[in-house]
Amino acid sequence: MSAPEDDRDHHHPAPMSDVEVRARALEELLREKGLVDEGFIDAVVSAYANDIGPMNGARVVARAWVDAEYKKRLLADATAAIAELGYGGPQGEHMVVVENTPTVHNVVVCTLCSCYPWPVLGLPPRWYKSAAYRSRMVREPRVLLREMGLDLPESVEIRVWDSSAEIRYLVLPERPAGTEGLDAEALASRLTRDAMIGTARP
Amino acid sequence: MNGLHDMGGMDGFGPVEVEAGEPVFHHAWERRVFGLVAASAARRRIGTTDAFRFAIERMEPSHYLRASYYERWLTAMATLLVEHGVLTRDELVGRAGGSFPLSRPAPLLRIPEPPPAATPRFAVGSAVRVRNEHPRGHTRCPRYVRGRRGTVGRVDGVFPLPDVAAHDDRPCAEPAYGVRFPARELWGDAAAANETIHVDLWESYLEPA
Repeated sequence: MSAPEDDRDHHHPAPMSDVEVRARALEELLREKGLVDEGFIDAVVSAYANDIGPMNGARVVARAWVDAEYKKRLLADATAAIAELGYGGPQGEHMVVVENTPTVHNVVVCTLCSCYPWPVLGLPPRWYKSAAYRSRMVREPRVLLREMGLDLPESVEIRVWDSSAEIRYLVLPERPAGTEGLDAEALASRLTRDAMIGTARP
Repeated sequence: MNGLHDMGGMDGFGPVEVEAGEPVFHHAWERRVFGLVAASAARRRIGTTDAFRFAIERMEPSHYLRASYYERWLTAMATLLVEHGVLTRDELVGRAGGSFPLSRPAPLLRIPEPPPAATPRFAVGSAVRVRNEHPRGHTRCPRYVRGRRGTVGRVDGVFPLPDVAAHDDRPCAEPAYGVRFPARELWGDAAAANETIHVDLWESYLEPA
């Protein structure tokens, strides 16, 4: 983690915002009390900023697309199958994977806060945490998905998963047509975060 | 508590605004607050994730709505550190050179006594109704399913009941379930027939339908 001054002096010449002042005040007080373990914090923040993100989930999905036995394990016990690829940790201790088909589309939300499967998708984007997304996805999913660019036929069943307890969800999208010749790595590179939340298709 | 955080089904928030090429953190202070909450020794002084969520829910409502995600984390962290005696409000206000809004105090609560964790009362396929209860403390039972009928789709194992774990340091694990609700059960006949909402609920929230 960079020193607090970096942000202010080199990147944001404007005066600090109120919230930035408060964040600095809290951090300074905790550091003075010996409650900030710099090395550990740096390592954790750096991991979420650089290493833990949707590429992990993409590798899980691509593997399921090319390996029918893996897909079976993923749908039966997602936490264990995801751990096979080396992914796990906070907000991923109890995973469930929900599968899209030609007739069923799945989408994930957290109406009460912003629960999200960190080990496979990283930290959530702002829109996932927004009042608009949290309030509307359980009430009018088809309308909201259309607004967000995913126009599903009326005949497709929509399942909305509100992650209100300990389970975290990952959507297994349908493998796009015309990708039969691609290997897992090439397939993973085509996958987007939003396809694994369920607000887009790959 | 019936707070603003319980947003499922509310109207009026407008379109979902997606930021193209969004960075993981928008400001350096967000990185620092994430680090303090995710990985500091201070975080380990302030209780469970449930207590942390309840501290966010106790934010003054207009502050909650204005605040970004990481400002809510900052406010909850500071509130709990004061409530646990690690810092004082005066220290925070003094160091910030002005105001440092904290969450409102927790109300006096009657914490439910869950039955001892046992074999799950419900099975996949069980018809259930969500109890119409409105606890003043923390709960993970969204308002939009209270009183509604659904079907158990998964039995998920045993987890601490947030309604207790947010407030009290005692064993409170009980079974939790994935429950499926037809959209029409929640939103009336105008909702589509081929949409379902799946909500994860602890056994204390449910009764046989």
